[in-house]
Amino acid sequence: MTRPSTSSIAADRLVSDARAERGSILELIALHKSYGPLDVLKGIDLKVKPGEMVFLIGPSGSGKSTLLRCCNRLEEPTSGAVIVEGEDITAPSVDLNKARRRIGMVFQSFNLYPHKTALGNVTLALVKVSRLSRAAAREKAMAALADVGLADKAAAYPAELSGGQQQRVAIARALALEPKVMLFDEPTSALDPELVGDVLDVMRKVRAAGMTMLVVSHEMRFAAEAADRVVFMDGGVIVEEGPPSAVFGAPREARTQAFLSRVKH
Amino acid sequence: MDAIRQQFFDFDIMRQAWPMLLEGLVMTGLICLVVIPIGLLAGIGAALLSLSERRIVRWPSIAFVDLFRALPPIVLLIFVYAGLPFAGIRPSPFEAVAIAFLLNNAAYYGEIYRAGILSIGRGQSEAARSTGLGAGQTMLYVVLPQAVRNVLPDLVSNTVEVVKLTSIASVVSLAELLYQADMARSVTYNASPIVAAAGIYLVILWPLVRLVSRLERRIAA
Amino acid sequence: MDEAATTMTPGERFIETYFNAAVMERYLPAILDGFVVTLQLAVLVVVSGILLGLALACLRAYRVRPLNVLIVCFADILRALPPLVLILIAYFGLPNVGVSLSAFAVIWIVLTLALAAFAEEIFWAGILSVAPGQWQAARSTGLSFTQTLLSVILPQAVRLTVPPLTNRAIAVTKSTALGMVIGLSDVLGAATTAQSFSGSATPLMMAAIAYVILFLPFVVVARWLESRFKWRHA
Ligand SMILES: Nc1ncnc2c1ncn2[C@@H]1O[C@H](COP(=O)(O)OP(=O)(O)OP(=O)(O)O)[C@@H](O)[C@H]1O
Ligand SMILES: [Mg+2]
Repeated sequence: MTRPSTSSIAADRLVSDARAERGSILELIALHKSYGPLDVLKGIDLKVKPGEMVFLIGPSGSGKSTLLRCCNRLEEPTSGAVIVEGEDITAPSVDLNKARRRIGMVFQSFNLYPHKTALGNVTLALVKVSRLSRAAAREKAMAALADVGLADKAAAYPAELSGGQQQRVAIARALALEPKVMLFDEPTSALDPELVGDVLDVMRKVRAAGMTMLVVSHEMRFAAEAADRVVFMDGGVIVEEGPPSAVFGAPREARTQAFLSRVKH
Repeated sequence: MDAIRQQFFDFDIMRQAWPMLLEGLVMTGLICLVVIPIGLLAGIGAALLSLSERRIVRWPSIAFVDLFRALPPIVLLIFVYAGLPFAGIRPSPFEAVAIAFLLNNAAYYGEIYRAGILSIGRGQSEAARSTGLGAGQTMLYVVLPQAVRNVLPDLVSNTVEVVKLTSIASVVSLAELLYQADMARSVTYNASPIVAAAGIYLVILWPLVRLVSRLERRIAA
Repeated sequence: MDEAATTMTPGERFIETYFNAAVMERYLPAILDGFVVTLQLAVLVVVSGILLGLALACLRAYRVRPLNVLIVCFADILRALPPLVLILIAYFGLPNVGVSLSAFAVIWIVLTLALAAFAEEIFWAGILSVAPGQWQAARSTGLSFTQTLLSVILPQAVRLTVPPLTNRAIAVTKSTALGMVIGLSDVLGAATTAQSFSGSATPLMMAAIAYVILFLPFVVVARWLESRFKWRHA
């Protein structure tokens, strides 16, 4: 690769900075989600500023994954709005596939396409959605794979990669589309402990390049070190939020204290 | 013993019948060429419809598939060939075969694709959709390639069945391999031409049958 | 009659053609007789075909080389040949060498062999799918090879074979309709005869309905078995 590997992300940062004046890049307004009688999200309001890394924590079943999946409408919100860069993507007129290109997502179980190489995984949407030429898609994909430190594994199939490598390819797949926001749903939970570090390193790098990130994770130490803000959810509502030092150091709410003492021991 | 040889393995008669059999073989090939690609495509359609989220699409599709899996193909063929003319539709033998096979194949291939598509986890299409691929693109580039791979033995096995099934076209006087062999039998009063036809079917289909066993073992492993 | 035809709506004409009450009444007994024949054949083919297939798969487990070659060849050939070919050979060829079989017997034997070939492969795959540890465990308790096969391996193998076997049994049993070609008076045979006598499409419709009544329940059960089977392995 001729250019520095993070140049495309750095360029985005300038754009992000310019928008920062105008407030949030991702905004959830009175978001509700229910499955039949079960209310999973009971009115979520959340603003994420450009370049911000927000950590979403909370007990199992509190609705973290559901919240994340509502952000790109993998789950259809029951009511409320999801605003991305000023556009309400829950509006009926919105082109969902176009909107989704601006929202990258990384899954707990990687979900790489097993019938495609690492490179093929990354280029598919570049060719079919962004309509890049094969050569341009390839170049962009190689840059993204280099960003996650896997340029040499471009020709490997997922089955030939370790879990950590697979997850990094999945991050590259999302990054290559130059999203404005990245969603991570427990990106390291399915990994062997010794592979977690590599993925966290990549996430640090993505953050350093100015990406806006909404992360669900149980890596509390990583949250304390890297997050701009920690949001604690329980029972479908946001109970408490603030900088990691405040939420981890001096939680105000009893529920937060209970949860934190449980995960610490 | 000699009687058996004369009745079933008379090579002179086989040689005489050979040109007829070849003609029949060409027709069998032609039927396959029309019926198999159409069936493979129609099956995808049937599978997608029977997996639709909308009940009003899904239920009739499943009913369609089950109906044509319950009907013997020969009944279907005779119905199309001899029954439709009463409604003013007069298909030629070839058209009748094409229609009957289309219905039968859509149902059978459809069930196979359906199982294949169901075998692919939701995460795959969620990942694809999250990158902005549309529903159709997700199906085409992500789900179907994996689904087809998973059910390849069944697809090949059903294709063997389709080739075998072309023999029933003889019932509507379409001059395919078995029809020609039976014609030769009826003029020679000797079963050797049919045995020769059996030999031709074996030469074509035995390798495929082996392939199915091979593929099944590979997938199971 | 022509006048009546011109004043009919398309719907009425459709009913008149395919669901003609007079024709139905007239030929129902013949088609019911045919139904009994089809039913008898279906039961016979399923029972004898599956038993023969099971026996062959068990024989194969003893791994006697020449015998296994024969079994594999039998299964391959019967799976590769269209049943109609064998039906014609048996029905028109055998009498000339002194073996005269009725159409019923020909269909029964040919389809039994065809189903047995598929059943053998399915049972064999089932036997192979049972973990080798099961053999070793059973043999270590002193069970003989045959005892192990019959009371330890087969019960586990059979469960896996139920869905594919059901599908295959339906497909082969539906082929009893091929009997029409050699003059068997099964449902289809009775219906085509009735059709040519009556000059109406109604008997064909009756045949189609009869087959759907006979086979649809099994198709639905097969679908259910398949989904249940997937459940357990998910
Ligand atoms: N498709 C669905 N249908 C019905 N209920 C669902 C569905 N998806 C999620 N739920 C329910 O919604 C609630 C929240 O689920 P969610 O996956 O968002 O929790 P989570 O906070 O991500 O938990 P975890 O930490 O275990 O991943 C749970 O009670 C779950 O059972
Ligand atoms: Mg979750």
